[in-house]
Amino acid sequence: MKTFKDIHKSLMKKEFTCTQLVQEYLNKVKKSKLNDFLLITDKLALEQAKKVDDKIARKQKIGELEGIPIAIKDNMLVKDFICTAGSKILENYVSPYDAFVIKKLKDAGAIIIGKTNLDEFAMGSSTENSAYGVVKNPIDVSRVPGGSSGGSAAAVAADHCLAALGSDTGGSIRQPAAFCGVVGFKPSYGAVSRYGLIAMASSLDQIGCFANNVQDTRLVFNIIKGKDKMDSTTLDLKEIKTPKKIIIGVPKQYFADGINFNVKEEIEKTIKKFKDFGYEIKEIDLPYTEYALAVYYIIMPAEVSANLARYDGIKYGFSAKNKNLLENYLKTRAKGFGDETRRRIILGTYVLSAGYRDAYYAKAQKVRNLIKQDFEKAFKEVDIILTPTTPTPAFKIGEKQDPLSMYLADIYTAPASLAGLPAISLPIKVKNDLPIGLQLIGPQFKDDLVFNIAEIYEQL
Amino acid sequence: MSNISKKDIQHIAKLARIELIDKEEEKFQKDLSSILDFVEKLNKVNTDNVDRLSQVTGLENIVREDKVNSKEKYELLKQVPNKKGKYIKVPKILE
Repeated sequence: MKTFKDIHKSLMKKEFTCTQLVQEYLNKVKKSKLNDFLLITDKLALEQAKKVDDKIARKQKIGELEGIPIAIKDNMLVKDFICTAGSKILENYVSPYDAFVIKKLKDAGAIIIGKTNLDEFAMGSSTENSAYGVVKNPIDVSRVPGGSSGGSAAAVAADHCLAALGSDTGGSIRQPAAFCGVVGFKPSYGAVSRYGLIAMASSLDQIGCFANNVQDTRLVFNIIKGKDKMDSTTLDLKEIKTPKKIIIGVPKQYFADGINFNVKEEIEKTIKKFKDFGYEIKEIDLPYTEYALAVYYIIMPAEVSANLARYDGIKYGFSAKNKNLLENYLKTRAKGFGDETRRRIILGTYVLSAGYRDAYYAKAQKVRNLIKQDFEKAFKEVDIILTPTTPTPAFKIGEKQDPLSMYLADIYTAPASLAGLPAISLPIKVKNDLPIGLQLIGPQFKDDLVFNIAEIYEQL
Repeated sequence: MSNISKKDIQHIAKLARIELIDKEEEKFQKDLSSILDFVEKLNKVNTDNVDRLSQVTGLENIVREDKVNSKEKYELLKQVPNKKGKYIKVPKILE
């Protein structure tokens, strides 16, 4: 697969024009049978491509991202285009402004070719919760691409774009990256502005990116990161030094019951490779890991129930248009939201309701603190933590019927989300078999260190 | 803790402003019970003297000027399903 650098060189050498390149990608997307795109932004893409071609014709220098076709998860606003968040309730919602990350990409000259499919409001681990149909995994179309950023991961894996943006709340970038065999990065919480991202669970939501290799993923991250006054949780990352002697921590809790045999074997092989290349491997203990998913499934729905209260059928989006106000709310939200969304809103409302708030929500916040402290202690001994991204490779479409079994797909990704840590999923390609994801988790705000070590892995 | 009744589900769904039909109450009752059973394990963790964690960045009191972008106001009004002029129309709540 072509890298940004290859494309950049070809554009500069005039082997093809940016318009030709973009047209080729648009054609591929239009023919896609994966249901990975919800909307193709061809007019915008071709306009942007022309600007790049004009610059090249004027012999102006172009940036590393300039002319690169990128896809956007359909929960980020691209001005004047519909943004559905995978939900019926927003089927006609037109974005009134550009999200911070979109503005950054446009300014860098990246080409936005379309909006990708996702689980409704980014809630799910398979894209089966999209109101617009499931996305198929390009490696095996009978399987899910993972979720919730399944459309973005599938689009990159199928070469329908060279990179894509996703959002990750409990694993929604890393898990689909693992299932589709691409690189997926979730930055430290606070590294990227969520202005213009449709909110799901605000203490966890983070925008990140997918590409075919670590360097390209990093280039996209470097463009979209940074402090934004419109998102008060953001900050600028400081430069860091990569230690000369890297110690890799392997938490035993991530290899316990429930892990698929092939996943375990492939991850162990990778650990051995690092060892053979002289990196020190240290077994570490993260005792609160087993509680992470329980904490996540209290805090996340609680925040979801508050964030999704805004869909009232009055200000924007689908409206049942009932003449009675209460009936209008009840019917708009019953018809506009899918099953999983309603399940999480009701669960979240329950854990926040009078008499249960302390038992569930406050308790979960305390255990969340213990999980964060677990990582802080571990990073006193090691520089990076290595785990599998998911306990199994991609599962079959329709395989997981009850909600709880679906939730377990996030078991290795939720802890880093709760602690706000940067984490990347790197593909392990297995011959004649499904890809497996290797996860590297770094200390808070040391996103660059995660990339540096990910680049080492690529060269092992 | 997770003895959630059909009546509880009805009550919570109404608080959440979501209408449920009969069969759905049973489905959500079953789903929520199994999720609540799963999160029950948190009771095994001793959290005496542990502070609640509500944010991870440590940033506090970040403010900006409260300025209205009038162009955006127009864009936002375009999205309203039921309006009159520049006003949002809502159903009558007082008889």
